[in-house]
Amino acid sequence: MTAAAVVRSPSRARTRRRLRKAGFWLSVLVIISPAILVFLWMLSLSLKNEIDNLAYPPVFIPDPPTLKNYVQVFTENSMGLYFWNSIVVSGGATLLALLVGVPAGYGIARLNAQKLTVLILIARMTPALSYLIPLFTVFQFLGLNNTLTALVITHLVITVPIVVYIMAGYFETLPRELEEAALIDGGSAWTLFRYVALPLARPGIVVGTILAFIFSWNNFVFGAVLAGRATRTLPAAVYNVLTFEQLAWGPLAAAAIIVTLPVLILTVVIQKEIVAGLTHGGVKGS
Amino acid sequence: MGAVIVFPWMFTVWMSAFDWKIGTEAHFVGLENYVKLFTNRRFLESVGHTAYFTALAVVVPLVLGTVAALIFHREFPFRGALRAIFTMPMMATPVAVALVWTMMFHPQQGVLNYLLSLVGLPPSLWVYSPTLVIPSLVLVEIWHWTPLVMLIVLGGLAALPTEPYESARLDGATEWQLFRFITLPLVAPFLVVAAVIRTIDAVKAFDTIYVISQGGPGTASETINLYLYLQAFAFYNIGNASAVVVVFFAIILALALLLLHVRQRTKWAAG
Repeated sequence: MTAAAVVRSPSRARTRRRLRKAGFWLSVLVIISPAILVFLWMLSLSLKNEIDNLAYPPVFIPDPPTLKNYVQVFTENSMGLYFWNSIVVSGGATLLALLVGVPAGYGIARLNAQKLTVLILIARMTPALSYLIPLFTVFQFLGLNNTLTALVITHLVITVPIVVYIMAGYFETLPRELEEAALIDGGSAWTLFRYVALPLARPGIVVGTILAFIFSWNNFVFGAVLAGRATRTLPAAVYNVLTFEQLAWGPLAAAAIIVTLPVLILTVVIQKEIVAGLTHGGVKGS
Repeated sequence: MGAVIVFPWMFTVWMSAFDWKIGTEAHFVGLENYVKLFTNRRFLESVGHTAYFTALAVVVPLVLGTVAALIFHREFPFRGALRAIFTMPMMATPVAVALVWTMMFHPQQGVLNYLLSLVGLPPSLWVYSPTLVIPSLVLVEIWHWTPLVMLIVLGGLAALPTEPYESARLDGATEWQLFRFITLPLVAPFLVVAAVIRTIDAVKAFDTIYVISQGGPGTASETINLYLYLQAFAFYNIGNASAVVVVFFAIILALALLLLHVRQRTKWAAG
């Protein structure tokens, strides 16, 4: 449009601008609606009784909403136990990963970045099952199958690479001058790490901890293979126990919400840091 | 660290040379597991399913993720909150997501067929149809992982210089020309990174396929990873499964190297 045309028909230009704006908001709506609709549908299924869940055409708004499904999975399907198992496994594997991964990340950051990239790529490419087969056989030999210990050890495969990766990236951004100053004052390598680098890296540790915890929490296959009936983690329990005991949709949806809600809350809380941590090359548990 | 990575690999390569089911005597068979694999129709079909699934599950999120990134790159009210909502699927527990999609795919009571009927389309069998099962599973994968592509591309867009746009606008370039000749070449390296990550993840996809279709109907959606799982933990055929792991890793490595090679070339072209 030429300048003369704009001057001649200011109202038409305004209409066009409004149309473009409406079109833009429409496209925003289109791209975010799949995410919103699936989660809302999940919530809706979990708050309805079974008659409404199987109705056709579907009932969208629970009327009246019921918490019956949630009560049922806790009282009849021992969701409490599985929730606790998941906390022990993911919490244990994350804590151990911090003990190993924070110093390791520091070491790698001070060596070179090339090695780090290769390490991360290999960790990401390796199929989870390629760890699982050897570990399963060894645990079988040691009599550790069906124990939480075996699960914690296996989950290290997920948590350690994430912590090492996040920490190495974080330590790399810290100015070296501080450490050099401490070195001149006669500090040892340990003093440098413990009293200079570590306190500065606290935000990195928080992000690493949360991401490691989330990916460990979300893991399904390790629990499905290594856990016994009483030691299953939440995702494995939701699939292996509930789908056999409960064919009803309401309790299944309630269980699905219980599994994924803690993760979604964590995600929203540290949204910015997660985005930075994930896109910087991309980490995901194997 | 070394033990965690080295031990499983030594074990796997060693075991792949044995005919061994848990609970039976192990026999050394050399390369026989590998030879058998390449004449095993079920395995070869699983390679085909994996290729089909991966091609769709890489290309579609790449396109949609780029579109979403272009939208979220602009300034608008509530951008942060809306972006947080958009990225939620990526962090959600795959098994929980898969269960909900299983219910949505249900041919009689599923909400997806109801939505199809609203726009006048006939109902679909979704994951119950041998021909539609893989595209249906890809739909879940797209929903789950488009946000990751969006975030990577968004990172690329944030790093773009503004000068080329200003001079191109002065020369009367259209929005499409700006995108095609300035934005696209400059974000190309980020698209390649997204493609590498997406390819690795799609080839390895397991949770959603296992929960939604178990590789069925029949073996219509059995990917390499599903086949591997059954060999190892349904039949406890550790020797054969170990050979599959080695071949599987070789395929992933080859794909990643191929894409990284492309990346080197795009970097070079971009100067």
